[in-house]
Amino acid sequence: MSVVGEPGTKELLSLEELEAAGSVRTGRKHILSILVENKPGVLTRVAGLFARRGFNIDTLSVGPTDDPELSRITITLDGAAHPIDQVTKQTHKLVNVLKIRDLEPGETVARELALFKVAADGAARTEIMQICEIFRGKVVDVSKRAVIIEITGTKDKLEAFERMVRPFGLIEMMRTGEIAISRGRGET
Amino acid sequence: MRAVDAVMECLKAEGVDVVFGLPGGANIPTYDALYDGGIRHILVRHEAGGGHAAEGYAKATGKVGVALATSGPGATNLITPIMDAMMDSVPVVFITGQVRTELLGTDGFQEADIFGMTMPAVKHSFMVQHPLEIPRALREAFHIARSGRPGPVIVDIPTDYSRADIPYEPVTDLHLPGYQPTTEGNTKQVRQAAKALAAARRPVIYAGGGVVNADAAEELAEFARIDRFPVTCTLMGLGAYPAPDPQWLGMLGMHGTRAANYAMDEADLICCVGARFDDRITGKLSEFAPRAKFIHIDVDPAEISKNIPAHIPIVGDAKNILGKLIREYRALDADPARLEEWWQRIEAWRAKHPLRYDDSEGTEIKPQRLVQALNEVTGGEAIVTSDVGQHQMWAAQYYDFPKPRRWINSGGLGTMGFGLPAAIGAAVGCPGQTVVCITGDGSIQMNAQELATCAQENIPVKVFIANNGYLGMVRQWQELFWDKRYSAVDMGHHPDFVKLAEAYGCTGVRLTDKTTLVDDVRAAIETPGPVVVDVAVTREENTYPMISPGGAARDMVG
Repeated sequence: MSVVGEPGTKELLSLEELEAAGSVRTGRKHILSILVENKPGVLTRVAGLFARRGFNIDTLSVGPTDDPELSRITITLDGAAHPIDQVTKQTHKLVNVLKIRDLEPGETVARELALFKVAADGAARTEIMQICEIFRGKVVDVSKRAVIIEITGTKDKLEAFERMVRPFGLIEMMRTGEIAISRGRGET
Repeated sequence: MRAVDAVMECLKAEGVDVVFGLPGGANIPTYDALYDGGIRHILVRHEAGGGHAAEGYAKATGKVGVALATSGPGATNLITPIMDAMMDSVPVVFITGQVRTELLGTDGFQEADIFGMTMPAVKHSFMVQHPLEIPRALREAFHIARSGRPGPVIVDIPTDYSRADIPYEPVTDLHLPGYQPTTEGNTKQVRQAAKALAAARRPVIYAGGGVVNADAAEELAEFARIDRFPVTCTLMGLGAYPAPDPQWLGMLGMHGTRAANYAMDEADLICCVGARFDDRITGKLSEFAPRAKFIHIDVDPAEISKNIPAHIPIVGDAKNILGKLIREYRALDADPARLEEWWQRIEAWRAKHPLRYDDSEGTEIKPQRLVQALNEVTGGEAIVTSDVGQHQMWAAQYYDFPKPRRWINSGGLGTMGFGLPAAIGAAVGCPGQTVVCITGDGSIQMNAQELATCAQENIPVKVFIANNGYLGMVRQWQELFWDKRYSAVDMGHHPDFVKLAEAYGCTGVRLTDKTTLVDDVRAAIETPGPVVVDVAVTREENTYPMISPGGAARDMVG
């Protein structure tokens, strides 16, 4: 880490210097799976820790687990933009956090749900429905001028589908953020 | 019983005999219970004073401090002490009143979301959701505050809940599945550390506040003396190793001794115990101790390899680990003669670069001389609190602390206004001991209202103001690094501290003559009750030596 910005340094700082002053980055996408007590304020505590370090969370999802006293927070973020190691240790220190895992992509099944509202007039509708079928999506609503499609899959699959339907006129898209579970017999 | 009476029972069950605070609308029920609750209450004049007093009490006694405040502004006034306790790992439980639950979230009178506001500043916090939760919240708050790496915990209690009628059963168990601090220390790692130390030719022990918190000073000294390891302490660790002592190098870091900083620079092995490689210790990270391997002992795993990658990390309580390290190390039968050369080098630095300053030619008092006079008069036996700035560094440099819990200051957050209330807390916690607050004319004004607390409760703290009419440390930086453009640092000579002291009901004294300084200091210390000593010191004295901000230890100046 550089000492850019010490108040004893009178020199004007260039923007490049400021940007280069961060610490080590892993360069890959990370999925952090955090098991927490189901109590008020826990999500704020976790999210606050990431914000304090200037991290931009890509996706975040929270939900119940098989144990009603526990919830699971899944966070994905870009390791090229942020140093991960410190923040995972700090998160683990939170009293309400039972476990935090930085999931290995190869040993993890990750899925996300997305809803797409696509403009679909006349002929376009058939074509959109064909694409939908290829991606194993489901048409969940049809109206005169639009269809709504539900798709589950990896982030890459959803992005590929988005690219395919965008030319038809993508009115709206909503994504849940990834949830992930480790492969094999062991608990995540 | 009323929930607030249960609060009193909980506090007593935790061993609390005194609390610091100020009442307001939302905690009147708590104060009603305090009225005959069997716990001493020190009425402060500002909640921040109460928070720092609880910190001073905790640091001096090793017990958990307690501060009370009402909702809204009472609670927000606690934010600085809360953050201060977080940065310096001080066990304090803060109990705040909250508006009644039907007003929550409506911008009710004196409503503030203190639970939300303090989230990044606490070790943990409880927003009580039901009156029945109160005893467990307090039990767990005290446990979290004092165990592992100590820290501040808030318990926020809505005023209607505090008036609820609840059955009180003492809570003995804990339900904290996510909180299990590692205290034991991995034996294999300890053995590896012992081996590395036995092979080292230029080792240094670098100890911090974690040794004080773990009550591990005896173990540290025993370990260091097996093999004549050189020892340096951080600002927070002063007293963890007895000063003066042949193996004591003095404090390290920005205003540490050259011997300590040069030893770190040339060391081949640094054994860090309960310290965290703060930027005021390392200077420029890439040039910090370039030849050294690091053993890092800390109870907080997040500190390990945060700033400096540790070669041998050991997570656990310093007392446990040093105990194990002593046993492992003795079994190795290392040859102490291997350190001869290293000690010769250190002794040469010590001889060539002792702490020094140019004394005045006339009768003017140098601030360093004031601290030396205090050291002489008290024989190192006082509890010394300080504020933040130049006087803090002079106090750290020139007062010899023979034992832990004698030096109480705000290190991590650097909170001006800490010294006087912390002295109150220390004096309340350690009756009969001499308590001295070394402060500056800038810092003292940030909590001077607590002189009224001293007078009312007859808390006999002796406040020595090194008065140079400046915000001295900022002035020093402007002199050294900003072309002497003294922007907003001249405080003039306001107020008249002698009159201020007298107005508050304390004794006020002014000292201006160095030739009678030791006798004058003694007279002030021997004066009963609270005393404020306004010491006119050299206006533009600098704190040296110094590692320039962002510089390397070997390039110390002054």
